Amino acid sequence: MITVVVNDKPRPTRRGETVAELLNGLAVPSRGVAVAVNGEVVRRADWPAHRLLDGDRVEVLTAAQGG
Amino acid sequence: MTGVDDRFVLGGVEFGSRLILGTGGASSLQSLEQALLAGGTELVTVALRRVDPDTPAGLLDVLERCGVRLLPNTAGCYTAADAVRTAHLARDAFDTDWIKLEVIGDDRTLLPDAVELLRAAERLVDDGFTVLPYTTDDPVLARRLADLGCAAVMPAGAPIGSGLGISNPHHIALIREAVRCPVILDAGIGTASDAARAMELGCDAVLLASAVTRAADPVAMATAMRHAVVAGRLAAQAGRIPVRRHALASTAAEGLASW
Repeated sequence: MITVVVNDKPRPTRRGETVAELLNGLAVPSRGVAVAVNGEVVRRADWPAHRLLDGDRVEVLTAAQGG
Repeated sequence: MTGVDDRFVLGGVEFGSRLILGTGGASSLQSLEQALLAGGTELVTVALRRVDPDTPAGLLDVLERCGVRLLPNTAGCYTAADAVRTAHLARDAFDTDWIKLEVIGDDRTLLPDAVELLRAAERLVDDGFTVLPYTTDDPVLARRLADLGCAAVMPAGAPIGSGLGISNPHHIALIREAVRCPVILDAGIGTASDAARAMELGCDAVLLASAVTRAADPVAMATAMRHAVVAGRLAAQAGRIPVRRHALASTAAEGLASW
């Protein structure tokens, strides 16, 4: 197991898990979601291939009221 | 001058409404939906925030039902780097390259940081975004943003959420003269007369949120804003009478009875 930090919360994660797999395990909306890993945008098309590493900081964002 | 010929084109898209609404501050999604429909808006801002299981989902559903176009913002960003990153995330999340660019310089006034704003605008225009920058009422800064290729400039009438109206109407009118792109009055609107005034000053549209979402009756205020924007636009094009210090009788003195 590795640990990634998702929206500031540590989360034990299987080694080699992808962003797409991580999102499947989280309660995220079905659309309007964006992801950054260590401050870099990981585009939706890259979610299935982008593997997470121990200590990665993941931001999972979605639509909120504002502006 | 009015009606079908008075088109509002922003970023290559034609809109029937010159009222752009923000979604911030609404007490519920139901209240928000009713206000958006009452305002007749076709373009609505959204923010990007961390997924929170406790936040009710469905904002995007509401906006889809209202048939509006999304305008993601970079609210809360204090540096060009943060704003650029947020814009790219918004593009991926919402499948739009439109971005309301906010780069805040001060948490008390929430006014823009001009230096960071220009930096972010230049980068995002280069990256192919349709950039709508929230800016100050400085005509020179507005021109610099327009020269960079922004699709509009959006000067603040007064600080966000202040309801102070338009602090410097002369500068808003100067901005309209200084740039060719649309000018959208963004922030500071408190009530309908402020929105009408913005349009009378020559603005092409008005963007507001709190004035509607935090009003005691958001639906009534959204309806008022809808009419105010139309009224202000018509007045701006109607050729108002000059202001004069003394009266000019509207009834002819000729033929007045003599006693």
